[in-house]
Amino acid sequence: MTTRVLGRAGTATRERGEAVERSPRRGNWLRPALLTIAVILIVVFCLFPFYWLINVSLKTGADLSGADLFPPSPTLDNYDSIFRNADFTNALRNSAIVTVTTTILALVVGSFAAYALARLRFPRKFLILAVILSISTFPPIAIAAPIFKLWSDVGLYNTYPGLIIPYLTFALPLCIYILTSFFKEIPKELEEAALVDGSTHFQAFRKVVLPLAAPGLVTAGLLTAFFVWNEFLLAITLTSSSDARTVPAAIAFFTGSQKFEVPLGTISAASVVITIPLVALVIIFQKRIVAGLTAGAVKG
Amino acid sequence: MAEITLDNVSKRFPDGYEAVKGMSLDIQDGEFMILVGPSGCGKSTALRMVAGLEEITDGELRIGGEVVNEKAPKDRDIAMVFQNYALYPHMSVRENMGFALKLRGVDKAEIDRKVEEAARILDLAPHLDRKPSQLSGGQRQRVAMGRAIVRDPAAFLMDEPLSNLDAKLRVQMRAEVSRLQQRLGTTTIYVTHDQVEALTLGDRVAVMRSGLLQQVGTPMELYNEPANLFVAGFIGSPAMNFMPATLEDGAAKLPFGSITVPQELRERMGRVEPGKKLIAGIRPEAFEDAALAGEHHDRGCTFRAGIDVLESLGSELYVHFSVSTEESIESDELRELAVDAGGGEVPMSGEEGRIVARLDAASQVRQGGEAELWVDPARLHLFDPGDGRSLTSRHSAPPATDGQSPAGHEPAPRQDELEELS
Repeated sequence: MTTRVLGRAGTATRERGEAVERSPRRGNWLRPALLTIAVILIVVFCLFPFYWLINVSLKTGADLSGADLFPPSPTLDNYDSIFRNADFTNALRNSAIVTVTTTILALVVGSFAAYALARLRFPRKFLILAVILSISTFPPIAIAAPIFKLWSDVGLYNTYPGLIIPYLTFALPLCIYILTSFFKEIPKELEEAALVDGSTHFQAFRKVVLPLAAPGLVTAGLLTAFFVWNEFLLAITLTSSSDARTVPAAIAFFTGSQKFEVPLGTISAASVVITIPLVALVIIFQKRIVAGLTAGAVKG
Repeated sequence: MAEITLDNVSKRFPDGYEAVKGMSLDIQDGEFMILVGPSGCGKSTALRMVAGLEEITDGELRIGGEVVNEKAPKDRDIAMVFQNYALYPHMSVRENMGFALKLRGVDKAEIDRKVEEAARILDLAPHLDRKPSQLSGGQRQRVAMGRAIVRDPAAFLMDEPLSNLDAKLRVQMRAEVSRLQQRLGTTTIYVTHDQVEALTLGDRVAVMRSGLLQQVGTPMELYNEPANLFVAGFIGSPAMNFMPATLEDGAAKLPFGSITVPQELRERMGRVEPGKKLIAGIRPEAFEDAALAGEHHDRGCTFRAGIDVLESLGSELYVHFSVSTEESIESDELRELAVDAGGGEVPMSGEEGRIVARLDAASQVRQGGEAELWVDPARLHLFDPGDGRSLTSRHSAPPATDGQSPAGHEPAPRQDELEELS
């Protein structure tokens, strides 16, 4: 798709070049060629680190310190070893549980709140939305230490709820913001039609409003899931064992075969493994997330 | 099947705006009732209160004898057709039409049967599995109707259901709606701002203005016996001509001549102080080419007028001519009508009055020429300029004001009665 768009842009420039009669022959191929090269450079620049990660994850031993562009003797040993490591597999389970729970809660609570903000008439609605949104601008580091103290006192330290609650406070504002703009787009008459057709308010919401806001739900859900899955600061602050530790934190605790050795191979392999679900999600929902992001953007 | 009764129903919005003021209306079982009026007159709000989508501030609403003020829309057993159809975009035509039945837990075979029957009636059978976005405007409109009829509700509520269609389709669907309502015999309330729709569709028509009911009656009643200036000006196309008039010795002095007011009308008017300024209303078809007036010629009034514009419709002619008015007429209602019609249709103060007359197609009048026209005195309407009340209507009532309900429940005058007047 990118190349098609570029092709068209190239044609346009070429025509303009001819119109002003500025060395038309060179303009014919030079501009599109430059553009193509620029695009290739940008793509390589963006994807190279990820390639390097895969590259390193396939090396072991002495190869790790080399800068070979291709692993001299590719091996899956690192993958084998991380999946034998109970800390890592537990962390994967923890990550999955925390991510799924947070996302579902954020969507349920967020869609109710967003629906109220989009539909009900009450004073200072804009102020409320602004306050909600401002919460997401809080630096997590500012609250990490207080939450650690509080959780230790109330017994939530190193538990799933201990992670889910602060994650929700950061994920909800974005969910509410995205969903509000989606709900506003849905004509009120549709709900009224559902009410007259014999549904309760909640049925109208669930059977008519929610299905129509699906792109918004997908967008909000994915952004929440990404945030929770990748989150490191709170995860490492609020957990102490593999009972609740999520993958980003668990990776930081990987140990090498000798003291002071950085276990580059296994860290790379683990990083590749936790990236796969994210890439898969984006590919599956690609169309919807674009629709969701732009709709939110235009609506404001 | 049920009758619907609005008993002194009012709607006040939180910002204090009163959209419907003390509206009382009885709709019989199986009746096709039209609510008509200019935009902002409260007709849609009234309908939404019946549907339960708008809370009732004051008064009582009864459906089938049961007070439903506090009932949710789903418990009122009514179906509604929305102006923009409000079809569920994520559901197929079949699912759209079956949605209400599914919510009630009707079993699937029964839903399919009812949906298919409705689709057959509405010619939608080939489209049942398509989504609303793949349908044309007319088809969407029919789906909206279908969604209402599969339920077999106590009443249909229709909120300007045809206004999003183009003119030709609108005429077709108008006939379709009328046929459907007769076939099903379901009580129907139909909101529109189009007086032609109102006259052609309704068993009875309720005219509203600024939240107040002006007159309720059969289309013929409203047309022939408008209770006040507003109804007179709103109903009928081209609109009634209005001009200043004074009454002297049983004759109405109009800008183009004097008309002897028939005995019947004089009796209805009672005593009017001589020289009092009135507003006269004459419908375009009360005029005729004097040469073609035939036997009626004698009892009317003839006058000469310079024809400014002549429009031939084949079956009839519309001629426009001007009369010089020394006095001007002033009325809030006429001003409002002028605004609603896009201005300029009624003579404003200081302006020369323009009059439209409908003549027989056989007339020989020419544009730019002068013609002798005849006017039928039996079809003269006289209004009190103060409150807009008709002096000549048998349903005469001043425009309803707060807390008053207008007249208009008497039966329509029969045609032979009208003949006797002349």
